[in-house]
Amino acid sequence: MKYLLLKHYRSDHEIAPDGLVPMDQWTPDEVAAHIAFMQRVTEEFQERGEFVDAQGLSPEGTYVRYDGEGRPPVTDGPFAETKDLIAGWWVIDVESQERAYEAAAYASSAPGPGGRPIKEWIEVRPIMSEPPTVTE
Amino acid sequence: MNELLRDLSPQVLGVLIRRGAEFAAAEDAVQEALLEAVRRWPDTMPDNPLGWLVTVAGRKLIDAQRSESARRQRELRTGQEPEPGPTEQADDTLLLLSRCCHPALTPSSAIALTLRAVGGLTTAQIAEAFMVPEATMAQRITRAKRTLSGERFTRPGEIGAVLRVLYLIFSEGFTGEVDLAAEAIRLTRQLAATSDDPEIAGLLALMLLHHARRSARRTDSGEIVPLAEQDRALWDAPMVAEGVDILQAALARDRLGEYQAQAAIAALHDDAATSEQTDWPQILGWYDVLTRFVDGPVVALNRAVALGEVEGPAAGLAVVESLDPALPRRDAVAAYLHERAGNLTEAARLYAVAAQKSASTAERDHLTRQAARLNAG
Repeated sequence: MKYLLLKHYRSDHEIAPDGLVPMDQWTPDEVAAHIAFMQRVTEEFQERGEFVDAQGLSPEGTYVRYDGEGRPPVTDGPFAETKDLIAGWWVIDVESQERAYEAAAYASSAPGPGGRPIKEWIEVRPIMSEPPTVTE
Repeated sequence: MNELLRDLSPQVLGVLIRRGAEFAAAEDAVQEALLEAVRRWPDTMPDNPLGWLVTVAGRKLIDAQRSESARRQRELRTGQEPEPGPTEQADDTLLLLSRCCHPALTPSSAIALTLRAVGGLTTAQIAEAFMVPEATMAQRITRAKRTLSGERFTRPGEIGAVLRVLYLIFSEGFTGEVDLAAEAIRLTRQLAATSDDPEIAGLLALMLLHHARRSARRTDSGEIVPLAEQDRALWDAPMVAEGVDILQAALARDRLGEYQAQAAIAALHDDAATSEQTDWPQILGWYDVLTRFVDGPVVALNRAVALGEVEGPAAGLAVVESLDPALPRRDAVAAYLHERAGNLTEAARLYAVAAQKSASTAERDHLTRQAARLNAG
């Protein structure tokens, strides 16, 4: 079963239960430890044979839509950072939903200021699969 | 040549294992021997390809053990050198499969190892079939072999675990270049040739009876066609006939099991010239048999459909409503039964709910179309 683990980017306090100081106000060592941990999360998924994909997204996005034949696309944005944005994701292929939750909780334990786990929310979304062959 | 190597690789592995080689080391040795065959056979094809591979793989195994021993201060480990001997493929298939489907492995590891070590597929092909990176699949296989390492396998293990893994490979279906359903049938056929266990035959029959409907299951654009609406002329009649023959021979041995019961249900569906001619009372009887072996909510849900056909939709609905609301496909079955009972508004609502909860896009689209059809009146 494949799951998408979404990491959100929000500058407000809702990103984690205890709130979160923006990363640019951490010490350089705290930033380095956080980034190294994120790399280890990916390596752990690779080592366990669960890794499918990991990407980070540029925070600035633009909404685009069709506006009729022969007309240029309509764009809206880019938006300020106060919006809820997707910062990046992992896609993992695991045995169970329980394991997907465990993996997300591990990613959420990344260290922040003072080396304490930041406990940020990770959104876990099942990826659609093929229907089973035998249904009767 | 690739086809030949694929057929031979599990046989070579089987010989090494039967001679007492450790599984992971033997598998590595076989892979190396295959590579050497790919390099050398185009120039000089051996008279006895299997014998050639066994000899080369055996040599690789000894080489690996020697260098291993060197690392351990030349602590010679005796008893692992393969002795020359006749090949006995028949026994090896079950032996190999029961190693690859060892209960200590997770289902996905067992599937990967089975396809590689017995199916002879490359890691890249298995990765493609499951839509994961090749490195991930390689790692999964390495971990599986590590889990099994140190264990000597000279006798077959639990057959139930093997059948479960083969069933999972089959129901994974077709996802790309490698036809997993056909692969599962090939492996089950090999296994059935080595044993008269009626459950192995039952599983093979079940696979054939479902595989026969493959070209009718989807439209050209990939939309799901439910069993009742399938064009039965598209079913593979010789495959159905083969499945029925295998099932009948298995049932004659009078040792029922879950796969024979499931195959019997599939056979009764395949036997009906039109969906209206389906022998639902017999199917319901087989669900009762199946329940003796697998007493779970999925069987109860499928049985409710049969009950709805025999005793009317209200009887089926009463059962469905007693099942856990979180059970996959429960709302879809309830919607179907409500539609048959004439409760079209409730049916449309439930089809939409089922679409929301569906775990596959093809199924979601199918259920959305059902809801839309009823809503359009």
